[in-house]
Amino acid sequence: MTEAHLLKGWEEFEAGAILYSFEGQAEAGVHHVNNSIQHSVADWRAEKPVFNDEHCIHCQFCWVYCPDTAIISKDKKFDHVDYVHCKGCGICVDVCPTNPKALLMFTEQTPDEEAIRNWPAKETKKDA
Amino acid sequence: MANSIAPQKRVVWDGNMAASQAMRQAQIDVVAAYPITPSTPIVQNYSQFVADGDVNGGEFVMVESEHSAMSACVGASAGGGRVATATSSQGYALMVEVLYQASGMRLPIVMNVVNRALASPLNIHGDHSDMYLGRDAGWINFSAFNPQEVYDLNFVAFKTAEDLNVRLPVAVNQDGFLTSHTAEVVEHFDDQDAYNFIGDYINKNPMLDGNNPVTYGAQTEGEWHFEHKMRQNHALVNSLDIIKANFDAFEKFSGRKYNAVETYKTEDADEIIVCMGSVFGTTQITVDKLRAEGKKVGLVGIRVWRPFPKADVAAAIKNAKSVAVLDRSAPMGTTGALYNEIAAVMVENSISLNLIDFIYGLGGRDTTVEHITGIFADLKECSDAGKRVKPVIQTINLRGKTLTFY
Repeated sequence: MTEAHLLKGWEEFEAGAILYSFEGQAEAGVHHVNNSIQHSVADWRAEKPVFNDEHCIHCQFCWVYCPDTAIISKDKKFDHVDYVHCKGCGICVDVCPTNPKALLMFTEQTPDEEAIRNWPAKETKKDA
Repeated sequence: MANSIAPQKRVVWDGNMAASQAMRQAQIDVVAAYPITPSTPIVQNYSQFVADGDVNGGEFVMVESEHSAMSACVGASAGGGRVATATSSQGYALMVEVLYQASGMRLPIVMNVVNRALASPLNIHGDHSDMYLGRDAGWINFSAFNPQEVYDLNFVAFKTAEDLNVRLPVAVNQDGFLTSHTAEVVEHFDDQDAYNFIGDYINKNPMLDGNNPVTYGAQTEGEWHFEHKMRQNHALVNSLDIIKANFDAFEKFSGRKYNAVETYKTEDADEIIVCMGSVFGTTQITVDKLRAEGKKVGLVGIRVWRPFPKADVAAAIKNAKSVAVLDRSAPMGTTGALYNEIAAVMVENSISLNLIDFIYGLGGRDTTVEHITGIFADLKECSDAGKRVKPVIQTINLRGKTLTFY
């Protein structure tokens, strides 16, 4: 259900259907109503990426590759997944280079503790 | 003030050179283009200006297709800056998807379109198929009838596109070969005068402004799309007033007067031909010849094809007895696009006259004074009979059995 204040008349929109990120200057940090920071896309997700601190080497691959900036890093270290904007595409899991991976996809209903309990063991090299 | 008109020099340029020189003088920030006959010389001349260091630091982007050319123009224009390109025919067709993006994002790109037939069968010569293809793409469209007008209309195009109350892309159309490759006398301005007429580019929501991040190309589903498209149409329809104001400003600047609808000896005319493009000149000569014989004939040229100047057209034709419309494109299943506009204006204004449509000049087929004289003869027959005694559509200079429609 679209909120009424977003359903403006034709003459009230910006020309060219452009959308602002901030009210005024970006430095002030006041998000515009059209900024997607206030718009949850969590219900697009069927599977979620779960993070396992034990295996992360903080290479930042997931942070670089996430197409929705839903991997939040602080001081060049993985901090958390922004589940309001994560659409569950799994790219972060795909690019994670560790063995076992520090990010894995689990069904949306799986509690994180259960996911971590069921984390796979390190894969051993198979003979060629 | 007699001396307020900018000093000008006379040179011999074809329509392509006129377009590329106007582009050079406009000090464009980014030109992204892919060459295609008959507009190739525009791109070629402009790239020569770039190589010679004559474009004041502007970028020239070589791309691999016209789709990419217009896409690069959209990106550059959204980024912030004066942007232009040129194309024809198949290249225009390949751009069409992106033409709608440019107008929907309200980007003031200027494009010189050298009108050429669309395949199949392949043909490199002039007709208006490409211009008609882009009819509903949301661009302002000017029609230049000769190289001088190509040059002049480019300046009006930049000034109109970039006006903060317009912010729409503008196409300057000229006829392939008949205008683009025909050298005529052109009066041109000094570089600084020419630039000053357009003025500095004014940014509006540039993407490269990091302090004001902005999203271009948003998706708008059922709850928003209608509002955005009608806002765009409102801007396009209302741009006609600004176009006319810019024509007035250009007259003060250059001494040359342009109108949304050009009229020639229409005041007392019983028979009028309505057309666009280089056939205007041929028809003008025919009107002079027939006027010398005492015939009350006149000519209307559509200078602004979009937004269509309905009121000006109504004023120009309202007292005529019979009107012929010249459509230089295969109408494909109905009457010609220009005919349809004139018919609508008649209905809206309760104008009662005999209206007939002529398809002419496809793929560069010649249309001569003799052909136009024949059209006026058909119109006279209708006027004398007091009703349309000719088919709705006839064809000019087509071999084979006489072919008419409706």
